[in-house]
Amino acid sequence: MLAMYKEVIRIRFLMMLAYRVNYYSGIIIYSINIGAYVFLWHAVYGGKPSIQGFTAIQMATYIAISWMARAFYYNNLDREIAEEIRDGSVAIQIIRPYSYLMVKVFQGFGEGLFRLFLFSIPGMIIVSFIYPIQLTTNPLVWTQFLISLLFGFIVNVEVNLIVGLFAFFILNNQGILWAKRFLVDLLSGLIIPISFFPAVLQKIFAFLPFQAISYIPSNTLVKGLSIHQWLPAIGVQFVWTIILALICWGFWSKARKTLIVQGG
Amino acid sequence: MVQFQIFWEYVKQYMKARLAYRLDLVVKFLTDLISQSFNLIFIIVVFGHTKQLGGWNQAEVVFIYGYFLLPWAIFGTFFNLWSFNDRYIIKGELDRVLTRPVHSLLQIIMESMTPESLIGVVTGLAVMGYGASQLNLDWAWYDSILMILFTLGGVLVYGGIFIALTSISLYTDSKTDIQPIVFNVSNYGRYPVNIYSRFVQFVLTWILPFAFVGFYPASFLLDRGDWRFYAYITPVVGLVYFSIAVLLWNRGIRHYRGAGN
Repeated sequence: MLAMYKEVIRIRFLMMLAYRVNYYSGIIIYSINIGAYVFLWHAVYGGKPSIQGFTAIQMATYIAISWMARAFYYNNLDREIAEEIRDGSVAIQIIRPYSYLMVKVFQGFGEGLFRLFLFSIPGMIIVSFIYPIQLTTNPLVWTQFLISLLFGFIVNVEVNLIVGLFAFFILNNQGILWAKRFLVDLLSGLIIPISFFPAVLQKIFAFLPFQAISYIPSNTLVKGLSIHQWLPAIGVQFVWTIILALICWGFWSKARKTLIVQGG
Repeated sequence: MVQFQIFWEYVKQYMKARLAYRLDLVVKFLTDLISQSFNLIFIIVVFGHTKQLGGWNQAEVVFIYGYFLLPWAIFGTFFNLWSFNDRYIIKGELDRVLTRPVHSLLQIIMESMTPESLIGVVTGLAVMGYGASQLNLDWAWYDSILMILFTLGGVLVYGGIFIALTSISLYTDSKTDIQPIVFNVSNYGRYPVNIYSRFVQFVLTWILPFAFVGFYPASFLLDRGDWRFYAYITPVVGLVYFSIAVLLWNRGIRHYRGAGN
């Protein structure tokens, strides 16, 4: 069983490798976006040493790391699922002897691994030369970050699966896919750390899964959270992976019963 | 004006096709609105922690962003050239366009325009109005006329840059990724350029002049004199960039050989 999923990861990785040239421009685009926000925050800080517990350098680092982490966790599984539902090929996939959703998850993981090694890491090295950022050298913090990043990936994949499966119920969910992208970028803390939002919003966000995608991993690395601060954070991520997995599973079992292949 | 008649026919056909799927239209409006409010939320959250951004207060930055939406929406309406390479070069639709007696660029603009994006002008005006309502602006009668001229200049800057980049496809049929890269640079134009480094300011003014799309004209309308010269030359910069782009395009069309055999 596991060998099969390993194969799924491998194939997706190789598939991405075939189109690797597309990723050089991606690194440039991400660097440009990081630059825009680094300049903006630089102006916000003016001369202030720190805001909301972030120093100016930590802020620049936060932006760089959260964008490069996004390259790892970002995928279009929601779109792929919606398209397969719309063109009906999901029907064939369902009767195959594997779990449709699990295959999707591992395809996403193969894609993520590819981007981690050929996008995020080289991108981070390039960006650290251009912008004033400071990365910790503490291996423990990096380990905490990587674990947290993995959870961030899982939460994002689960959100994508749920949104993609919406296509079973609303046949044209293009708009939802779009809106989701903006919402995740905003609410996950990609460009504004959650602690910068007004207190009321922070309380609401605490009950949403999105901060587990970007804010928690990036914050872990930038602030160099100690184990005692880190454990509750990772706990939040863990709880969300379970809750979302249950929602996915519920959606999936309901969706299969209502499957209508358009034109099928 | 035969061109205008043809243009109007295209609009009518487009509306018929679009209204067949009304829900899609509503969804498009909503997603546009969400993406625009996204940037507004960013500005508001940022100003929760500072009084000024490079010497500009919240209402002014909001105003600049609102102004930026005007040329942005018009550009988005008429210059959807993103899939030009796929649709016109690889699938060969350009050959069909070239057999017709209207300028090729005009035909392509008419075939790919999305008039519903014009709603962004309303959003932009609303955002500007919200910013202006908290400022004590000295709005002379000619400011409105200048605003229209500046907006058109900004559209020409945007249009010129992206037509020039699109015409690369006419010279080579391999895909280039330069369009999305430049597109992301264009986001720099919606914030006060004095927060950027000298190098970035230079690029935004003289190489990829996106500062003329948002910041320079808006700063003039905000009664800030420091960039007045740049604001005034906005329409000129627009015309220059657009003319260069059309020349490149025409040359490219003569150069074009088609992707197949």
